[in-house]
Amino acid sequence: MSRRLAQIICAIFGVVMFLLFFSPHPAARTIALTITTEYWQVIYAFALIVGAVSFLRVNVKNIQRGQDSGYRIISLIGLVAMPTVAIIWGIGANTPFMWIFENIQVPLQSTVFALLAFFVASASFRGFRARSLPAAILLISAVVILLSRSWVEGQFASGLIATADWIRSYPSMAARRAILIGIGLGSLTTSLRVIVGIERTWLGGGR
Amino acid sequence: MLETILPAADPAWLDTGKLPTLVAAVIAIAVVLYTTYHRTSREAYRPRPIAGLRAVDDAIGRATEMARPVVFTPGWGGDIQRPTTIASMNILGQVAEKTALYDCRLIYPTHDPVIQSVAQEVVRESYARAGFADRFREEDIRFVSSSQFGYAAAVEGIISRQKPAAVLMLGTFEAESLIIAETGNTVGAIQIAGTDSTIQLAFFIVACDYTLIGEELFAASGYLSNDQAILASVRAQDMLKFVIAAVLVIAIIWALVIPDSRWWRF
Repeated sequence: MSRRLAQIICAIFGVVMFLLFFSPHPAARTIALTITTEYWQVIYAFALIVGAVSFLRVNVKNIQRGQDSGYRIISLIGLVAMPTVAIIWGIGANTPFMWIFENIQVPLQSTVFALLAFFVASASFRGFRARSLPAAILLISAVVILLSRSWVEGQFASGLIATADWIRSYPSMAARRAILIGIGLGSLTTSLRVIVGIERTWLGGGR
Repeated sequence: MLETILPAADPAWLDTGKLPTLVAAVIAIAVVLYTTYHRTSREAYRPRPIAGLRAVDDAIGRATEMARPVVFTPGWGGDIQRPTTIASMNILGQVAEKTALYDCRLIYPTHDPVIQSVAQEVVRESYARAGFADRFREEDIRFVSSSQFGYAAAVEGIISRQKPAAVLMLGTFEAESLIIAETGNTVGAIQIAGTDSTIQLAFFIVACDYTLIGEELFAASGYLSNDQAILASVRAQDMLKFVIAAVLVIAIIWALVIPDSRWWRF
């Protein structure tokens, strides 16, 4: 019964949101914004509690088992410390919360992001090997794009930039749009399958 | 974000500027529903072989033989409202049924607590359907961090420490895609990826063994389950693709013959 109810609610909201997309009426806009912002925030707030409890449970259990205890203790300290300092001193400028955010969290995030440069290099090294004609075309295109974005000057550079722009605007864009049409149609059919109830895996049940 | 998608407030009930979109959407919906509900019982749709989906069984089998887990992650870019995430959940259900059957550990780290709650239900039910409800480990379907690189670091850490035999990256990915895919590659995992982000697809093609491109991700649940109703909707998807291609060809010819025409610019 609970699954049937969830299915009915999903179908109603699916149809309503589809119709509201085409209506500029203030009432339609208000309903759409209420559903997507206020309802969603309520759902997310409850789910966040579930997520935090799950995070706590997984880490405590693994600390008890002695699995990667160091990392997990640091995670739990972060989980407790950030809300605590936010409640005591607030989250404005010049607060401990902001100091931790700017001096610990941001550098950590930047560090992980910086890894991307090395991963791009290693993936490119493996991927761009001219073992076949398509792979050779891919390699040449990559080299042209790469050089066009590098420090190259003079007549050669303008030709290179024009070639790179042509590759990006025509062959690359054509392939990208073809993929996007497929994704659009796939999204449409998946949404319809969910709305009409053909696809019910997301409810936790079978099809 | 929705304020930018929604039309500007106007007393009219229908935005006439969006009429062509509405007509196209209604036609597409009609084709999908007709193909899905008006198929005869003798019609059995067989989708073309998709290498990435055929490899799912091999990947789980390999993980079972090596006694290593399977890591399945939906990426950082999507929430539960996104069709890609729903498509990913459908594949998760099929994968979980197989990992339950083979007694292979399935680890599902996510950035979104709502996705975590839904995924827990999907995996729990799949294990029950396979007849091995006792093999379900709730703590393996876990929320790690809502921060993009916090999530990337967490998944990277799980892959580095657990050394899974298979990594499935199916969902909406952003800059974390290559960080996760390259880490999976360093531990020697079979990697199957699929996303609706065309930028990240390029990274996946280079770094992964198999990549689901475009609509293949959305066809996966029908392909894996062989459910004829779902496969019928996939067929409708292909029919619509032909219609779009035909309209594009007609519009190109029309524009060449009558350059001043504008009907196709809706």
